[in-house]
Amino acid sequence: MKKLSARRRHPLAAFVVLLLALAATGGLYATLAPGEAKADNSAQSLAIEEGKRLYDVGCATCHGNGGQGSSDGPSLVGVGAAAVDFQVGTGRMPLQQPGPQAEEKPEVYSQEEIDQLAAYIASLGPGASVPEESLYDPAGGDPAQGGELFRTNCSQCHNFSGQGGALTHGKEAPNLHDVDPRYIYEAMLTGPQNMPSFPNTVLTEEDKQDIIAYLNEVNTSSSAHQGGLSLGGYGPVGEGLFAWVAGIGALVACAVWIGARSTKARKS
Amino acid sequence: MSTANDAPQRRGKAPAGERLADWADGRVGLYALAKANMRKVFPDHWSFLLGEIALYSFIIIILTGVYLTLFFEPSMSEVEYAGSYKPLQGVMMSEAYASALHITFDVRGGLLVRQIHHWAALIFVAGIFIHMLRVFFTGAFRKPREVNWLFGFLLLVLAIFTGLTGYSLPDDLMSGIGVRFMEGAILAVPVVGTYLQMFIFGGEFPGHDIIPRFFVVHILLLPGIMLGLVVAHLILIVYHKHTQYAAPGRSNNVVVGPPLLPVYMAKAGGFFFLVFGVITAIAATVTINPIWALGPYRPDKVSTDAQPDWYLGFSEGLVRMMPGWEWVLPGGYTLNFGLLIPVIVFPLLLVVIGVYPFFEGWVTGDKREHHVAERPRNNPTRTAFGMAWLSEFAVTMLAGGNDVWAVNFNLSINAITWFCRIGFFVVPPIVFIITRRWCLGLQRRDREKVLHGRESGIIKRLPHGEFIEVHEPLPPEKLYQLVSHDQSEPYEVGPEVDENGVRRRISPLERARARISRGYFGENAQIPKPTREEYQELTSGHGHH
Repeated sequence: MKKLSARRRHPLAAFVVLLLALAATGGLYATLAPGEAKADNSAQSLAIEEGKRLYDVGCATCHGNGGQGSSDGPSLVGVGAAAVDFQVGTGRMPLQQPGPQAEEKPEVYSQEEIDQLAAYIASLGPGASVPEESLYDPAGGDPAQGGELFRTNCSQCHNFSGQGGALTHGKEAPNLHDVDPRYIYEAMLTGPQNMPSFPNTVLTEEDKQDIIAYLNEVNTSSSAHQGGLSLGGYGPVGEGLFAWVAGIGALVACAVWIGARSTKARKS
Repeated sequence: MSTANDAPQRRGKAPAGERLADWADGRVGLYALAKANMRKVFPDHWSFLLGEIALYSFIIIILTGVYLTLFFEPSMSEVEYAGSYKPLQGVMMSEAYASALHITFDVRGGLLVRQIHHWAALIFVAGIFIHMLRVFFTGAFRKPREVNWLFGFLLLVLAIFTGLTGYSLPDDLMSGIGVRFMEGAILAVPVVGTYLQMFIFGGEFPGHDIIPRFFVVHILLLPGIMLGLVVAHLILIVYHKHTQYAAPGRSNNVVVGPPLLPVYMAKAGGFFFLVFGVITAIAATVTINPIWALGPYRPDKVSTDAQPDWYLGFSEGLVRMMPGWEWVLPGGYTLNFGLLIPVIVFPLLLVVIGVYPFFEGWVTGDKREHHVAERPRNNPTRTAFGMAWLSEFAVTMLAGGNDVWAVNFNLSINAITWFCRIGFFVVPPIVFIITRRWCLGLQRRDREKVLHGRESGIIKRLPHGEFIEVHEPLPPEKLYQLVSHDQSEPYEVGPEVDENGVRRRISPLERARARISRGYFGENAQIPKPTREEYQELTSGHGHH
């Protein structure tokens, strides 16, 4: 102790104390700080790096250099990997042209690239991650319950059985025919375009799965068509048009045929 | 080898058919009835069969409706669905909806019969509609047929309401939205709206009464009245005899056509089966109102693409077009113009066409009987009015389906709605003017054809090098068709002053009538048809022209 107290006025003492304090603070921080800051997962950091590279080429023009958004596109901080997987995976992003809303089109990126982009966007801030397959497997849901939920929450825009419908100023709620259950799940989770989001506090994971089970039952290529051709499922407008064009059309043709079969004497 | 020739040699009893006929004659006077009606003639033209489309669909609707009634449960009590349609199993729903699903999935032939019933209903109203248009555009509503026109018009209105009540019965989500829409319209009626609503629904919406009440109205009250009107309509047709198109040998006093028996009966009977066949073929291949996909009605649920059947599309369109204006009067009373104005325009649009014959009768002052149908071009103003009315109907229909057009043609729903709002006022006048000019052009062409003949397509070169097209004179029967119509004179109010030089009192109504009549028959409203002198001068004179 004497040795220490004798040197307390040594010119280097302050430095030593400072070093010790820094070491203690650093050590404490290293042990207590949140895990993701460590960036020790090399595959993950590689994906983020690749994603950033793709982002800078394909997305930064509108969404800004660091995903902070610009006058041409919203901020992507905190939208999560699920939003990226939905928007890029269904071809809606990158945007082809400005318009009422982004249209679905053939996707530009491979699934691997999409995952990298998603990893990069997820690294910007916490958000919904891509769901596990068990969450959106239609087999795990109750279609009847899903139908009730669909009619309560979705049919206002997407029509009774998800055939799609018009929104204001050229926007639309798309037809859900044969949409991959994963994208339906992600859309509910993230609320893309004009759709409100339904986080798990609003529609629980089971609710979402029920809705997916319902859509799988009524609006896929393999769904049963009980009554014959469905005329697009748009309801009475299509039916009325069909009654006039095909129904009355055929009957007037019959009438013309009968009217032409006359008994009057023909010219010889 | 006909049986008639064999008859005198026959021994023993008469054939069974003859004995049956004898038996019936002795009891209901069959022979007198048959003698009077069997040779009744019915003019031959395809457009005279349009009303039969409606008549036969009506019969089909009644037949299929009886079958559906056997299984339908008009009750709004809640049950849990336990039928065979998987996506609804375990869902709570009204008994009406459950029984409609039962008909669809668990009754033999139920879905087919339900689809025939619904398709036939759409075609029934469409058939009435085109039949009405045929009668309108050929002036077949003129004296003595105004009352029969009214019967037909009433049938159209009743058919619309029968359709509305039937659409509401299955209590699926779409039909419930329709009933809610109707309730809103009733509530928008000033002063009595809420009372009416309570009266019709037996309490707050939806209550437990509306389906049973609609059931009685749909299967008993309205069809009963309609059946009576159909019979009256047919009796009047027999009494007036059918109209016919002008041709040599046909006139106001002579109807020409095949007799009721056997020719016309065979045609009409065959046409019934054609109508039944076409409707059944459609019902067997194309689905209509897939109630299972719509889910049960609950007032807290709603869907897009909720529209009425086509015949009420115009009412839907009127509401969709109308801006949602409302006034709150002092005292807290709300006037909801967004619904009130459509509720007023809806019946007006129908009544305008319903009372038109009386309007035209008043304008023309024509008290003669007419049994020869006019060609639409020969009454340009009437034809133009009809087309303008149709275009108004079309604009409202367009507005009624604005969301479906928007989503299928990548349009903005707002743009469609604005197009319809402006078009509601602008399109009918434009259509009126175009149609009238068009009819006059056709009249000019008829005149040209009568005087100069038909263009033969043969070009002839004359010795001095001139090219001319050879015109062929029309055959006499064709000429008759083109010139046999009447051309009325406009109504005049007479001189302004009487013989003593005193100003006569002429009511503004009379002046208006004269003005409208000039619009119908004045100088610019019809092309004078060729006179005999004009024709003879041109045809007997210097050859080609």
